[in-house]
Amino acid sequence: MTGITVNGEPRQVEPGLTLAALVAQLGQPPQALATAVNGEFVPRDGRGGVQLRDGDAVFTFQPITGG
Amino acid sequence: MAFRIADVAMESRFFLGTAGYPSPQILQQAIAAAGAQVVTVGLKRQMAAGGVPGDFYRLVRDSGARLLPNTAGCRSAREAVTLAQMARELFDTPWIKLEVIGDDYTLQPDPFELVEAARTLARDGFEVFPYCTDDLVTCQRLLDAGCRILMPWGAPIGSGQGLLNPHALRTLRARLPDVPLIVDAGIGSPRDAVQAMELGFDAVLLNSAVAHARDPVQMARAFKLGIEAGRLAWEAGIMAQQDMAVASTPVTGRPFIL
Repeated sequence: MTGITVNGEPRQVEPGLTLAALVAQLGQPPQALATAVNGEFVPRDGRGGVQLRDGDAVFTFQPITGG
Repeated sequence: MAFRIADVAMESRFFLGTAGYPSPQILQQAIAAAGAQVVTVGLKRQMAAGGVPGDFYRLVRDSGARLLPNTAGCRSAREAVTLAQMARELFDTPWIKLEVIGDDYTLQPDPFELVEAARTLARDGFEVFPYCTDDLVTCQRLLDAGCRILMPWGAPIGSGQGLLNPHALRTLRARLPDVPLIVDAGIGSPRDAVQAMELGFDAVLLNSAVAHARDPVQMARAFKLGIEAGRLAWEAGIMAQQDMAVASTPVTGRPFIL
């Protein structure tokens, strides 16, 4: 298994899992959130090409109200 | 009267923040009462389990106003650039209210990180609305970096202290006559918005003064009227102040003494 964090929380995923597949595992439509891995933005159409590796820090963001 | 921001013609000079309202319905009514055509939104890091957009955001999205996402909470250019890229995808707009904070107590923008982030984003096709201080040279550097709009603070975010340094704001207007200037942050009452508009600013962006009013919808309307009044006054030309009285009624000498 591969050890990553998702929004700071540790998570074990199968080796070779792509970011797109992780988003699907989180149960969210691809367009509902924006993603970054290790502080770098990963665009929606690039998620399928990113294979998660040991120690990767994944962050997901959603829209909210703001000032 | 219509004006242009980032090549977009607009009627309303009232940009409204959408955070901190008592209910989604009051937020929706406040946007309508303000007549706002631009509203700010944000991004939130999800909990591990993920999440769905709340009622508040859905109503904002459906309000018909143009969205101006912010990079609230960023402390470095790198963070702000990443968040801006996420915002562009999530909200489907190149507009970004660029916030890079340098001090936790005053939430004062960090001018160095701000200019760096602005340069990166402008080069990448963003329309950068930088939340900045009222320092003239910082503002000039932001323009050099590719910004076409400036959003200097009136006072610290959420403080409601009004325009703490009208002289600096007047200086910006005088030195940058062709740049759209928006007072962002610190506005407390409609009086402050009138003052900003009378100084010749192009628009006002505020949030807490409406959201935290006892009646946010009525306060939104009050600000709308204030912003319109201030703008009309700037365009009409405000009379010069005099030290002494200047009689307004034309009389010759004293009425009853010949």
